[in-house]
Amino acid sequence: MNAPERNLPLSRRGLLKAGGALIVGFSLAGGPATAAPAGPARGEAAGPPDPNSIDTWIAIHADNTATLYFGKCELGQGNTTGLLQIAGEELDLDMSQLSSVRLDTNVTPEQGATSSSSSIERGGPQVRAAAAEARLALLQKASQRLGVQIGSLIVARGVVSIDGEPNRSVSYGQLVGDKLFDIKFTGTAPRKPPGEYKLVGTRVPRVDIPDKVTGIYTHMQHVRVANMLHGRVVRPRGQRAYGTRAAPLAVDEASIKDIAGARIVRRGDFLGVVAENEWDAVRAAQQLDVRWQETPSLPDMVKLPEILRARKSTDTVVVDIGDPETALGKATYVSSATYFSPYQAHAPFGPNCAIADVGPDRALVLCSTQDIYASRKMLATLLGMPADRVRVQYYEGSGTYGHSCYEDAPQAAAVMSQAVGRPVRVQFMRWDELGWDNYGPAQVAQVRAGIDADGRIIAYTYDGWQHGWHVNETSTELAMQTAPAERTAGSFSIIVNRISTGSMYRVPNRRVVSHAIPMVGLLKGSPLRSPLDMALSFASEQTIDDLAHAAKTDPLEFRRKNMGDSRWLGVLEAAAQAAGWTPRIAASQLSNADVVTGRGIAVGTHHVSYGAAVADIEVDRRTGNIVAKQLYGALDCGLAVNPALVENQIVGMMVQATSRMLKEEVTFDSTGVTSVDWVSYPVLRFAEHPNCTPVVVQRINEPSTGAGEEVMGAAGAAIANAFFDATGVRLTRYPLTPERVRDVLAMKKA
Amino acid sequence: MATNLKITVNGKAWPVASSPDTPLLYVLTNEMHLHGPRFGCGLAQCGSCSVLADDKEIRSCITPVATVADRAITTLEGLPAWYARKNGLKDAPALHPLQQAFIDEQALHCGYCYNGMTIKGAELLANNPKPSEAEIRRTMNGHLCRCGTYPRIMKAIQVASRTVSGDAP
Repeated sequence: MNAPERNLPLSRRGLLKAGGALIVGFSLAGGPATAAPAGPARGEAAGPPDPNSIDTWIAIHADNTATLYFGKCELGQGNTTGLLQIAGEELDLDMSQLSSVRLDTNVTPEQGATSSSSSIERGGPQVRAAAAEARLALLQKASQRLGVQIGSLIVARGVVSIDGEPNRSVSYGQLVGDKLFDIKFTGTAPRKPPGEYKLVGTRVPRVDIPDKVTGIYTHMQHVRVANMLHGRVVRPRGQRAYGTRAAPLAVDEASIKDIAGARIVRRGDFLGVVAENEWDAVRAAQQLDVRWQETPSLPDMVKLPEILRARKSTDTVVVDIGDPETALGKATYVSSATYFSPYQAHAPFGPNCAIADVGPDRALVLCSTQDIYASRKMLATLLGMPADRVRVQYYEGSGTYGHSCYEDAPQAAAVMSQAVGRPVRVQFMRWDELGWDNYGPAQVAQVRAGIDADGRIIAYTYDGWQHGWHVNETSTELAMQTAPAERTAGSFSIIVNRISTGSMYRVPNRRVVSHAIPMVGLLKGSPLRSPLDMALSFASEQTIDDLAHAAKTDPLEFRRKNMGDSRWLGVLEAAAQAAGWTPRIAASQLSNADVVTGRGIAVGTHHVSYGAAVADIEVDRRTGNIVAKQLYGALDCGLAVNPALVENQIVGMMVQATSRMLKEEVTFDSTGVTSVDWVSYPVLRFAEHPNCTPVVVQRINEPSTGAGEEVMGAAGAAIANAFFDATGVRLTRYPLTPERVRDVLAMKKA
Repeated sequence: MATNLKITVNGKAWPVASSPDTPLLYVLTNEMHLHGPRFGCGLAQCGSCSVLADDKEIRSCITPVATVADRAITTLEGLPAWYARKNGLKDAPALHPLQQAFIDEQALHCGYCYNGMTIKGAELLANNPKPSEAEIRRTMNGHLCRCGTYPRIMKAIQVASRTVSGDAP
């Protein structure tokens, strides 16, 4: 392999060549410097670097290229490309002159977690402002060098020249050339008006794709370091009821004595094995004979809706407008139903992997976290060191779609490395990742909505029951024997959100209540892509569809009539137009054929963008099998910095939403989780995928908002509505498995 | 563990240091440091570890290395040369046509499943240069993608089909 790895922050000195392949240099002494300023060189001191310094964000090199330092990580969504476009636009550099570095707590600024589709929405403005300020500083230097006012200067590809005198020029590289700007980041430099954008808004190819296609790219799973051991966690196959640790009562060391070099690592209830060879670690983890403490039973899965509903809840009134109860009493039709959405897994395609090298007073950890600074803090607590003695570097893993085991794996590696005094690489096995995931929580929803005689929605209520998200990773809970803890408030807790529960319609009387129930005794929860929004849209948009049906109105026309906001209308019309929507009352053309077709429409979002989808499906009434044939998805995310990236996200969202709507459900018995591989946790397969048509509603003068989660809810609900159109029956519990479909169709007949 | 076991990977002989029962995947990743084949499930359920053994796609995560000693292994890294050999080209292209199509279609997200998608897609196009949509769906069905990029993989295989079959415009 002779191409250099493009995303490495440290100099080539940090790389070792072995076996013809790249091995990452790995040293607790800190990384080599990339510049030689006064004070500690970049990478030498624990971060985060000063956000109020331009040098934290941008370095200009002598060869007239720029390195950008982002705090948002590439998860395969293409945000690196989008952020480089934003920087290049303000700096007047083209893509070939721009690169970024991997996230590193000694190197890159703290921009918060790469979550909630925030890279462009919240990370972008900071990058734009920093780049604009750097450009202004460069123009000031050029103005002095060339002896003219800034207003007389123009810039192209990082070459500053006097307008009308192209021969009198100086490049960024000549002006700064690997030296520091040494200026404050004030945020006051003027940004380009969107109307002048040349790079932002264009379909720049993703910078990470070529290396991923050729196999040069280094995913976390590829990294190997000198002198490392391979580790595996040893846990029961499938987590138990939350709140009871899986405690090993007896560990039979003799059971792995035939595997030379395999060693057991135990701290508290944490159990793992390490070995020189990976296969030996894998075998030892499977072969080790452990007697686990019996734990309290999980509830009957079938009765989960009733069980969630019956738990003592802490209630928050999220929306309270008008008097829904009185209005419901006056409605000509009230739609009222209870909906259920299951626990679902993140299920990254490659299980999480991490490497930790823990010394007596320092640690270096490589992992695929969405937030390196949060990881550092948690690792420091686990290792008993100050946070500034822990360095975390980000390596992209397999797509994570939220909080999978990407903190658990590095913590397991850290515990094992600290115990054995050597670097340890831990890769979760498939059953570890699926069985010990932090699942997207299940939800029960009770929705009621009513219309008047004119088909106007006059009342809407949504009550949702769900538990929250975990605080401590499993490795911490086991090793430190921490008490069960759940996030019940603040930005990292979950609540029924007001946006996805009818906000897109003009409803004079609306009430939304979030009923938080305790997580203990159920399963461990965490944010899963578009948290709760699929559940909210599944319940809410089927309710709206039911109202349209009762009003004997085409579901598109009904939504159009009840919407006020032009941006919601914009995506609704865009999806309908892409699909070639023909007005028709749902379920008005029912057929007795074995295979029937249906079309559904729905809207939804995550926080602030606007999503809409149309789904065309087939239902085999004999087998109960649903095939999603074609989906159309429209997204308005304000200024789409790169519409091609957004289109790719829309396609991915529609396919993943189809998978979650039709197939995915975490299963468990009274002992623990039983969905631990791709047979017991099926996801949508190649032969089952719908054709997808993405539509970006570009609004260049609006701020950019999230583009990685906002079509999930609409796509799922559109499929559910298409099922009603095909069969005249509503499914109130997903996934819409063949068994459930057969059951509801049989009930209809009976 | 010293053995006399040798395997042939991308046209080169490699003396195996691991024990003969070790799955091929761990030899390719830990001894040869190849980035193509990668661990996904260890159960032959997902296809992320796929390689070609004598032109046929196999799952390296469940294949003991000793069982492929007499077979020619091709990984993602060797796919352009394999394509050249299969098609009598004098020089290996920089990329297999399917890899080029994946770039042109901007198909992937995280890219983790693309080792298997590329290996299986290349095998398909070698056996059937002009597959129908139904044939692509059927052949690729053993390879999972969690990011939801199936539609673009489909399109890329169709685009590459035109190159491979000489129908390129």
